[in-house]
Amino acid sequence: MSILARPSWSPYAAGAGIGILSWFAFWSADHPLGVSSVMVRVVAAIEQAAAPAHVAATPYLSKLAPFFDWEFALVIGLAAGAWLSARLSHSAEDSPVSSTRRWQAILGGFLLLFGARLAGGCTSGHGISGSLQLALSGWIFFACIFASGMLTAQVLKNREL
Amino acid sequence: MFETLPRILLGLLTGFLFGFLLQKGRVSDRRVIVGQFLLRDFTVMKVMLTAIIVGGAGVYAMHAAGLTKLFVKPAQLVAVPVGGLIFGVGMVLLGYCPGTAVAAAGEGKRDAWFGLAGMIAAAAVYAEFAGLFASTVQKWSNLGPVTLPELTGVPVWAWFAALAIAAALFFRWLESRARL
Repeated sequence: MSILARPSWSPYAAGAGIGILSWFAFWSADHPLGVSSVMVRVVAAIEQAAAPAHVAATPYLSKLAPFFDWEFALVIGLAAGAWLSARLSHSAEDSPVSSTRRWQAILGGFLLLFGARLAGGCTSGHGISGSLQLALSGWIFFACIFASGMLTAQVLKNREL
Repeated sequence: MFETLPRILLGLLTGFLFGFLLQKGRVSDRRVIVGQFLLRDFTVMKVMLTAIIVGGAGVYAMHAAGLTKLFVKPAQLVAVPVGGLIFGVGMVLLGYCPGTAVAAAGEGKRDAWFGLAGMIAAAAVYAEFAGLFASTVQKWSNLGPVTLPELTGVPVWAWFAALAIAAALFFRWLESRARL
């Protein structure tokens, strides 16, 4: 139990674990690890309840049916796994969020997901799953997020971050 | 609306382990992620490169043994870089990527919840323009699902050997610097 209660593991151990988990996902589910398309599944499920005709007329949403799939479950499990890990090490945080930070997070989340959908994946789908298959798309994505991320971090360095 | 129960359970289990590993790897911490982009903390790079090398070597071995297919995304030479550049700005503003934001939200970090709200809004907006992007930006300079070994003729194993050696040297240098 003690190892599970440690606040953190070596990043190499965590990385190797994620690599091995990728083997499991490819083999057991015929699916690479990925997260960003689940946000579209959430939208599809909500719009299916509110405006089913619109979903039927939008192939980008309707082609995702059934909306609650392996990848959707993956994201639910992900939140639960992180929760338990933080609980076991008593490192769960619940700090208040300033209103500036709130808007920064909303804007960041918006740009992040819009970019991911345009590129066809996020840090999981392109960055890890794509790059590990030596996909050209994955490595281009990896390089581009570091280029613009480093620039953005420099610009914002002396502000509230 | 729902996929079969075994696949849902499999997804839950895989996701659970993924979230546990992300949290233990400290990448669900905003300071760690922003620290990486400021080149002050290389945790993100260590986790990702190790996952890529270990994961890739195993996935290609399984592929050679006929145990799995590959799922290579198309190299759209306009959409992928443009999307990646927008993503990088968002990742620093939010301080998480989609997966680590879900992990952080699970831990109870409230800023991640606002980030998820922004992501869902973006998905809703994107869905309205998806057809337009698919017939324009994502079509431009699309090389299809090409891999580096296919593109260069350098075999898969040479790529992983080179990546592993480069990563090992780089990380050794980082760790020796950290001890100074």
